Amino acid sequence: MAYLLAALGGALGALARWGVAEALPRSPGGWPWATLLVNLGGCLLIGVLTGVLAARRPEPAWARPFLAVGVLGGYTTYSAFAVEAVLLADRGAVVLAAGYVLASVLGGVLAVVAGVRAVRGRAR
Amino acid sequence: MTALLVAVGAMAGAPLRLLVTRLAARSHHDPALGTLAVNVAGSAVLGVLLGLGSAPSWVLALVGTGFCGTLTTFSAFGADVVRLVEERAVGRALAYVTASLVLGLAAAAAGCALAR
Repeated sequence: MAYLLAALGGALGALARWGVAEALPRSPGGWPWATLLVNLGGCLLIGVLTGVLAARRPEPAWARPFLAVGVLGGYTTYSAFAVEAVLLADRGAVVLAAGYVLASVLGGVLAVVAGVRAVRGRAR
Repeated sequence: MTALLVAVGAMAGAPLRLLVTRLAARSHHDPALGTLAVNVAGSAVLGVLLGLGSAPSWVLALVGTGFCGTLTTFSAFGADVVRLVEERAVGRALAYVTASLVLGLAAAAAGCALAR
């Protein structure tokens, strides 16, 4: 059952990620806005979900496989992030590539924390 | 048509990621190790696909955006880091970030280089 929920959620998340990528203008060799946007947004939402589930014990059995593994796991992506960073560096834009890696990792971790805190702040 | 291909690829990628993180947890490892494994593997496959430079658009949608995009995850990576720090395993969190970056970027670069 968990695998089916993950598959369905993953399809929804991937379609949303594809939609964002299609909607944003792309410039070859430019800053990968679409991936950064979905990854930071997804990190914020997983933080919110973590906070909500921590406040709801016992948590509903469907929530983690469907929302965390499926929807948000599928919405965000590591492979596009890694390949884009490599391609930027490969084109000689090493500083841009390093900035992209830093913005993704630091921004992602801070977004998770912000999501958790937003829920904790509301619960008080 | 593209949307269908993305969805089909995703429906294979997400359960496979769940399986790998569960296998990591079952063998008494941190589930983050499973996330690391899928992120590195997916980066290598996408590297090969984009390194080819001539893959048909349906393959890019099915395998690239759908399967690799969904097999790998950034939200679980971020959540793993925050969880490890909250468990006061700061050293492991740093090692996890370093391994994800070094292995993930190396896998993507190796995939690209291999395909060219």
